[in-house]
Amino acid sequence: MVNANMDTAPIISVNDTWMSFPGKTASQPVHVLERVSCEVQAGEFVCIVGPSGCGKSTLLNIIGGFLHETRGEVTVEGARVTGPDPGRIFVFQENGVFPWLTVEQNIGFGLLSRPAAERFERVNHYIAMVGLTGFEKSYPRELSGGMRQRVEIARALAADARVLYMDEPFGALDFLTRLKMRADLIRIWQAEKKTILFVTHDIEEAVQLADRVLVMTKRPATVAEEVAVNLPRPRDLDSPSYLATRDRIFTIMGMDAHGGGAGA
Amino acid sequence: MSESPPPTLVRRGSFAAAAFVLPGIVGLVFLAGWHLAVKVSGSDIFPTPGQVWDGLGELARQGLLFKYIVASLFRVSWGFGLAVLAGVPLGLVLGWFKPAFLALNPFIQILRPISPIAWIPVAILWFGVEDTAPVFLIFLASVFPITVSAMAAVQNMQQVYLRAAQNFGLSGIPLFRRVILPAALPQIITGVRIALGVAWLVVVAAEMIAVNSGLGYLIIDARNAGKRYDLVVAGMVMIGLIGLLLDLLVRRLEKFDEVRWGYGQR
Repeated sequence: MVNANMDTAPIISVNDTWMSFPGKTASQPVHVLERVSCEVQAGEFVCIVGPSGCGKSTLLNIIGGFLHETRGEVTVEGARVTGPDPGRIFVFQENGVFPWLTVEQNIGFGLLSRPAAERFERVNHYIAMVGLTGFEKSYPRELSGGMRQRVEIARALAADARVLYMDEPFGALDFLTRLKMRADLIRIWQAEKKTILFVTHDIEEAVQLADRVLVMTKRPATVAEEVAVNLPRPRDLDSPSYLATRDRIFTIMGMDAHGGGAGA
Repeated sequence: MSESPPPTLVRRGSFAAAAFVLPGIVGLVFLAGWHLAVKVSGSDIFPTPGQVWDGLGELARQGLLFKYIVASLFRVSWGFGLAVLAGVPLGLVLGWFKPAFLALNPFIQILRPISPIAWIPVAILWFGVEDTAPVFLIFLASVFPITVSAMAAVQNMQQVYLRAAQNFGLSGIPLFRRVILPAALPQIITGVRIALGVAWLVVVAAEMIAVNSGLGYLIIDARNAGKRYDLVVAGMVMIGLIGLLLDLLVRRLEKFDEVRWGYGQR
């Protein structure tokens, strides 16, 4: 059971993991994940894509320690995952920024045990990094959706998380904001050298962001294929190699990029 | 979802003016109708607005008005204050710990519909006709809305806040203080507001029976001591005005930045 993290020592290792939820009747549980195995290396940016409702979010929640797998083993940073960990911060689609705290209080949330001077310095550093200078004293309700998502990312970075788990973090944003957020996330990832595991249903988003894309099947989901994205950054979204990678993932998911195919 | 910060309401100014002018007109029509009705009916017991005004002046000159208001507010402060101190922690605990909820909630739901008025004989039996009896009744009346709102607030809390907090390693008291309490606070304040309204209703009822001061006592005493209906209505007017003032005071709590997020866009 432990052979996976012997040779290359990946930072995240999911080993033959299964997940079932209780169904309408006790005798018929809902199988969400079956035989999922994958690995993420330290510093890697990995995207998980799959059809809506396939269980990719469930997988991320298991890796993040918020759900417990039915069978199998998830190891992160050399230890079996038993719960959430302050070194590995989850960025939620529905935005987990605390509405009763200001931007700077939110970003400093994970730093209360640090000396005030260090806290102040780190908070300001990350406020600047996510482009929220001038909004330190604002409350989340005064910000747009994209700005709130930046606060949440900055909160994770300020707490010195080594791993970011991002669950469709840009799903609720409009198209232009999403593009901008992707570019900013890549910039931050390159500057901070974090490991990022990013769930999305948006294939284009995955190819724009990831070093490697894990494509999942329909439910009960497993990893259908891993696609390495060997494209230089910043990525040219018109280049043939970008389009080829994108179309390959479409094909794996049973669609073609120019309309239709099996299952939406 | 739009990218620009939420818009604020324009035309505030014209609404603000209307907010004073319109109720002002209604008030004047009401007073005129009242005055006319008394005159037309020829009643010599029920007072006109003018006689009520004179009655208020008489009470003020005797020093009774101030004394009774203070007496009533004193009882409400104690009963209501104790209810907040007991109800908020109790509600948070019931909302958080499922076994505590399962054990205590049925009991609370049975006690809750019993009108505080029904407790008056029991209160007199236990506490006599001292201040303690009305304080106890006010406590009973306000502790349930506060407890239930705090309980529901924790139960309905958005899971994402809890998960984010646990992700940052919070548990136990810090989790309660830094996340659960602030997340529940807007709904708790709504419960507190309802409770204060109920408390003010109950103090008047309690003072009619159990004590010899306060606005409730004023009303029943003016009636018994000589059918002074001008003073009865004067007492009613004061109760209404102070009730409004108390509500406005609690409403100000909803304006604080720490809780404003909980009340939607206004």
